[in-house]
Amino acid sequence: MNHILIIVGVLVLALTIAAGLIWVERRLLSLWQDRLGPNRVGPLGLGQVLADMIKLFFKEDWIPPFADKPVFVLAPGILVLTILLTFAIIPFGPHFYVFNSNIGILFFLGNSSLGVYSIVLGGWASNNKYSMIGAMRASAQMLTYEVFMGLSLMGVVMMADSFNLNTIVEAQKGGWFIIPQFIGFVVFFIAGVAETHRLPFDIPEAEGELVAGYHSEYSGMKFGMFFVGEYLGITLISALIATLFFGGWLGPSFLPPFVWLMIKTFFFIGIFILLRASLPRPRYDQLMTFGWKVLLPLALLNLLITGAILIFLK
Amino acid sequence: MFSILQTIWLTFLHLFHKAETVQYPEEKPYLAPRYRGRIVLTRDSDMNERCVACNLCAAACPVDCISLQATEDESGRRYAEFFRINFSRCIFCGFCEEACPTYAIQLIPDTEMGEYDRQNLVYEKEHLLISGQGKYHNYNFYKQAGVDMGVKGKGEGEMEEKPIDVKSLMP
Repeated sequence: MNHILIIVGVLVLALTIAAGLIWVERRLLSLWQDRLGPNRVGPLGLGQVLADMIKLFFKEDWIPPFADKPVFVLAPGILVLTILLTFAIIPFGPHFYVFNSNIGILFFLGNSSLGVYSIVLGGWASNNKYSMIGAMRASAQMLTYEVFMGLSLMGVVMMADSFNLNTIVEAQKGGWFIIPQFIGFVVFFIAGVAETHRLPFDIPEAEGELVAGYHSEYSGMKFGMFFVGEYLGITLISALIATLFFGGWLGPSFLPPFVWLMIKTFFFIGIFILLRASLPRPRYDQLMTFGWKVLLPLALLNLLITGAILIFLK
Repeated sequence: MFSILQTIWLTFLHLFHKAETVQYPEEKPYLAPRYRGRIVLTRDSDMNERCVACNLCAAACPVDCISLQATEDESGRRYAEFFRINFSRCIFCGFCEEACPTYAIQLIPDTEMGEYDRQNLVYEKEHLLISGQGKYHNYNFYKQAGVDMGVKGKGEGEMEEKPIDVKSLMP
């Protein structure tokens, strides 16, 4: 019974944060651009979330006649499903988790790889040149960035001696992994931005060149799924960064562990939005070059040095 | 690399800047006196219509949104029988104001003329005519020069010389 409550709680929490991020992002972006943002609907403009949701639900959900219908319908669901599944492994507190998996990080990496299918299938089923280009870019970008996203986490895994996220959090009682694993953190963060295809790495949907990339043809709640999936992805990557490098729910005891995790998560969500506010989009080849020629060697080097030091200390 | 971090930091500092937003319905932006907004027809200081229905505004209008018909009163003074501006066409270029020889047609800093029905954007003379002089005070076309319209005698205008008696030799 308690377990079901936690499952429902995590689901509701993730979806609420994802919906709330519509408002958070618009308000924060506007602050950084010297504007005010949506502040009319309800207190502080919070009703904007509700208004946007109602709008999305009541929009015409149109499937283009040239689309591959079953795949077209399936694709947005895969994205949300894979990301929501990954929320299961995040420990929100000492005994507040859905799934205490001993292969937690592998589960996350596997699910994030499956998430690519959503975009590739969505772009393919749209039967549209821009969507296809967006999907191709997305798959290449994801393949590139997933390689060292995994590698950058291996330093953490070696230090905690476990793939289990609960154990990793416990292992940070002596000090957060951000200090010994700073390079790992930087590489994982950049890979995380690319993984959620947020600006500056939103090349799959680059609206200046590709209309809206892989979701050009989507409307109504199917587009809403991609939309929510993106915000869920931001929340997930932020929560994972907090868990893996910043001690997760660890913190001084005047606040409950859950609140500590939320504070850290929202800090990184803020950074995600700050990146969007400040950085321009790189060219596609620059993105790939940066990935293969800078971040991959950096991740491997980090792995090598961490391993050497750990063996030396043993 | 350093410049990227600097960019992010500078953007972050904008958190502490004042927002440029003017919260419109509560807080109105300042519009300059010569702002080109709604078009009005003004009167001179004697509260007579300035418009002499010369049609120059209608000729100058690039979108042909002005239409009027000239007529005369019993003393022979020209005025517009009807004067109609279709604001759904008007582009607020101000050419009509520049063309007007009598300062009758003027653009004023008012932009709040939204309507639900497009037909309501067609303003007739009674909507356009204001009981004031607009931007140019104490100007009366008939007092400057031109024909005697009961406002001034011949040669008694403000900028007008006395008429010369061409049959006299006296300087």
